[in-house]
Amino acid sequence: MFKKKECVAMLLAGGQGSRLYALTEKTAKPAVTFGGKYRIIDFPMSNCVNSGINTVGVLTQYQPLVLNEYIGNGQPWDLDRMSGGVMVLPPYQGKNGADWYKGTANAIYQNLDFIRRYAPDYVLILSGDHIYKMDYNAMLQDHKNTGADCTIAVLEVPLSEASRFGIMVTDETRKITEFQEKPKNPISTKASMGIYIFSTKVLEKYLIDDENTPGSSNDFGKNIIPNMLNDGMKLYAYPFEGYWKDVGTISSLWEANMDLLGEKPEFNVHDKKWRIFSRNYAAPPHYIGKEATVSDSIISEGCEIQGKVEHSVLSSGVIVEKGAIVKDSVIMSGTVIKAGANVNYSIIDSDSVISENAKVGEERELAKGIAVIGSGLCVEKGVAIASDAMINDDSVDGVSAIEK
Amino acid sequence: MSAAGIIFSNIHDNNIPELTRNRTMASVPFGCRYRLIDFALSNMVNSNISNVSVVTHYNYQSLMDHIGSGKDWDLARRSGGIKILPPFITAYANNVNSLYTTRLEALKSVNYSISKITDDYVVLSDCDVICNIDLNDMIKNHIDNNADLTMAVKKVYLNKAKAKINVLVDSDEDGKITDVQAYPTSFEGEADINLNIMVMTRQYLQEVVLDSIAHNYTSLTRDIILRNIGRKVYRTYRYDGYFACINSSQDYYTSSMELINDREVRNQLFGIKNRPVYTKVRNSAPTYYSPEAKVKNSLIADGCEIFGEVENSIIFRGTKIGKGSVVKNCILFQDTYTGENVKLNCVIADKNVVIRDNKNLSGDETLPFYLSKGKMI
Repeated sequence: MFKKKECVAMLLAGGQGSRLYALTEKTAKPAVTFGGKYRIIDFPMSNCVNSGINTVGVLTQYQPLVLNEYIGNGQPWDLDRMSGGVMVLPPYQGKNGADWYKGTANAIYQNLDFIRRYAPDYVLILSGDHIYKMDYNAMLQDHKNTGADCTIAVLEVPLSEASRFGIMVTDETRKITEFQEKPKNPISTKASMGIYIFSTKVLEKYLIDDENTPGSSNDFGKNIIPNMLNDGMKLYAYPFEGYWKDVGTISSLWEANMDLLGEKPEFNVHDKKWRIFSRNYAAPPHYIGKEATVSDSIISEGCEIQGKVEHSVLSSGVIVEKGAIVKDSVIMSGTVIKAGANVNYSIIDSDSVISENAKVGEERELAKGIAVIGSGLCVEKGVAIASDAMINDDSVDGVSAIEK
Repeated sequence: MSAAGIIFSNIHDNNIPELTRNRTMASVPFGCRYRLIDFALSNMVNSNISNVSVVTHYNYQSLMDHIGSGKDWDLARRSGGIKILPPFITAYANNVNSLYTTRLEALKSVNYSISKITDDYVVLSDCDVICNIDLNDMIKNHIDNNADLTMAVKKVYLNKAKAKINVLVDSDEDGKITDVQAYPTSFEGEADINLNIMVMTRQYLQEVVLDSIAHNYTSLTRDIILRNIGRKVYRTYRYDGYFACINSSQDYYTSSMELINDREVRNQLFGIKNRPVYTKVRNSAPTYYSPEAKVKNSLIADGCEIFGEVENSIIFRGTKIGKGSVVKNCILFQDTYTGENVKLNCVIADKNVVIRDNKNLSGDETLPFYLSKGKMI
C-alpha cells in the first residue's frame, strides 16, 4: 500500500532547451550546469524539499541520460524515501501503443497513474527551467485558504515585457478573470511562472477531457487553463516576489550566473535556511596559487587557479593556468584554461580545453555576443574564437574533439 | 576475497589536546573540508571494503555527527556498512569496566563484533593516517604471501626526536618482519616506520583477540608480534606515497601547511584517479570572492565569502573574511567569522569562532595561536 501524500510535485524536465544550442547538445536543459556547483533542476527540487514536499515525479524526454544519472535515487535532495521520494518518469509503451509526451498537459495525463498511487489532494506542477527560491508550501496554504480549483504563481513584470509571458488578469481578490497567452497588448503585468497547484480531482477531469479533444495542443497554458476559465472554475493568482529567472537562452543563462556575484547578490545561494542541494562529486577544496588574482567571482571545489579570474563563475575542477585570463565568463566543470589563454565574455561547457595563448570571445564592451564552446572540445594553441561564435563540434578550424 | 575494516577513533588523542578536547582524533578537522577519519574511511571504501567498524572510546559525539548514516561514504548499507562500536559497559558494573588504552585492548573490548566478522581479511587502521593508499594491492600482497599479518611501512629519514615517536620495523629482503622497535630513544637514520595500517587474516585476528583475553595481553607489538616473529608470517608492505600522522599540535600545523606549499602532496592525496577522498556533504554554496579580495597560495573550501586578504592559509567551509581583514598562515575551521580590519597571523581557529572588527591576533609558526570552539573575541 502506498502512503497517502497531501501534495505530489510533477516536474516537467523534458524540455530540449534548443535556444541553449551547444550547451544542450547532449543534455536536457534542466541538467545544464548553473552557478558553479548546481544544475538548473536543483532549484525546483530543493524548493520542493525545503517546502516539505517529498514526492516528486520528474518527467523526462529529451536526452535524459545525464539528467537520469544526476537525479539517481534522489539521495542528494533527501528524496530517497521509503514511500515517495523522487521518481524519473519517461514516456512509456502502454496497452494502446507508445507515445512521446505531446505537451505539458499530456505528459501529466500519461502519468496520472503515478499520481493516483499517492492519492494526493493536490498536485503541484513545476518546470525545470527556472532559477528561483520559492516556498511551495505557502502557496499550497493559499490554495487551501481561497478554496481554489487551481492556483497559478504569478510574477510582476514590466509592461514592456509582458507580451513574452502568459498574462493573468485578476480581480481584487486575486481571482483570475482572464488569461492571455503572450498577448500583443497586455492589460495586466501578472506573468505566469509556469507553477500550478491543482486540486487533484479537477486536474484529472480536465486532463482527461483535454486528451479526448482532437486537435488540442495538450498544453497547460494553451488548453487546460483557458478551458477551466471558460467553465467558470475558481482560478487564483498567487503573487511571488523575489528572484526568478528563465534561463532558456544563452544571454539569460549568462546573466543569471552573474546575478550570483556581488556583496549583496541579486540571487543569494548562501542562505543556510534555504539550502540549494546538489549532487556532490567529492572534489577537494580549491587552491588559489601564489600569482593568482581572483576578484568578484565564484569558485567551486576542485579548482586550481594560477592565473587571473575576474567577474566569472567557475564550476568544480576548473584549472586556470599561469598567465591565463578569465573575465566575464562562465566556465563549467573540468575545463582547463592553459597558460596565456584569454577567455572573455564566454560560456565554456564542461571538460573542454582552451590551449596556450588561444583567445575566446572579446572584451564585453566590444563583443557582438557571448562566445559559446561546447563540451569536450579543444581550442588549439593560438587560435582565436570570435565573440559571437557558437561551437558545438570540431567542424571549425582550430577546434578538435577530445577523446574520452 | 572480501575484507572488513576496523578503525580506531581515539588513538593518539593526547597528541593534540587542544583539538581533541571536545572530539575524537578521528573527527579532528583537516584540509578545509575533511575530518581525519575521512582518509582511513575513503581508503577502505575505494578498495571495496563495505563493512567498517569504528571503535570509539570517549568524546565521540562529534564523530557520530560526522558519520551519520554513513551515506556520504556509500556506507549506509543493508548488509555491512558502517558501525560505531562504543565502549561496552555492563549493567551492574564492577571493576571490569575500565576503558582501554591500546589497540589490542580496544580489539578485546569489541571481541563480540570481531567474532561475527565473516570476511576473510580485516584491515585495521588508525584514524590519523593522512594518505591515499591502495588497500586492495596491500591485501593482494598479503594473500599472495600467505601472511598472517601485513603492516604498511614507509621508508623515511628519522632524526632522534622523530625516531622517539615512531615504531620502526625491520624486515628481510623478502619483506618478512625480523624486528619491531617501538619508540627507540637513540636512533637516527633511514628506517621503515609503521604506518598503523595493517591487514590480518580474519581467523588469525580472532585467535589473537581470544588469546589476549585469556592471557590478559595488552600490547599488540610487545605481546603478540614480538613473541611470534619467526613462528607466524608477519610481513611489511611498502607504501611510497604521501603519508602524515599527527603527533603534536606542531605536526598538525605543519602537515596542514604542506597541503598548500607542496603541489605533490595535494596530488598524492586528492589527485589519484578513481580514489577520491569522501567527506560529509554540507551543500554549501560555492565560494564568493569580492572585487577587493586578494588571495594567494591558499586552500579554500566551499561556502566561504571573502572580502579581505588571505595568504598561505587553509579556510574551511562557511568562513567569512571581512573587508580590510588580513589573514596569513592561518587555519580557520568551519564557520569562522572575521569582521572588518582584523589581522590574523599563525592562528588556528576552531569551529564557529567569531573575531570582531579591528582585532589583531598573532601566533608563531612554531607555536600557532589556538582559539577554541565557539570563542568570541
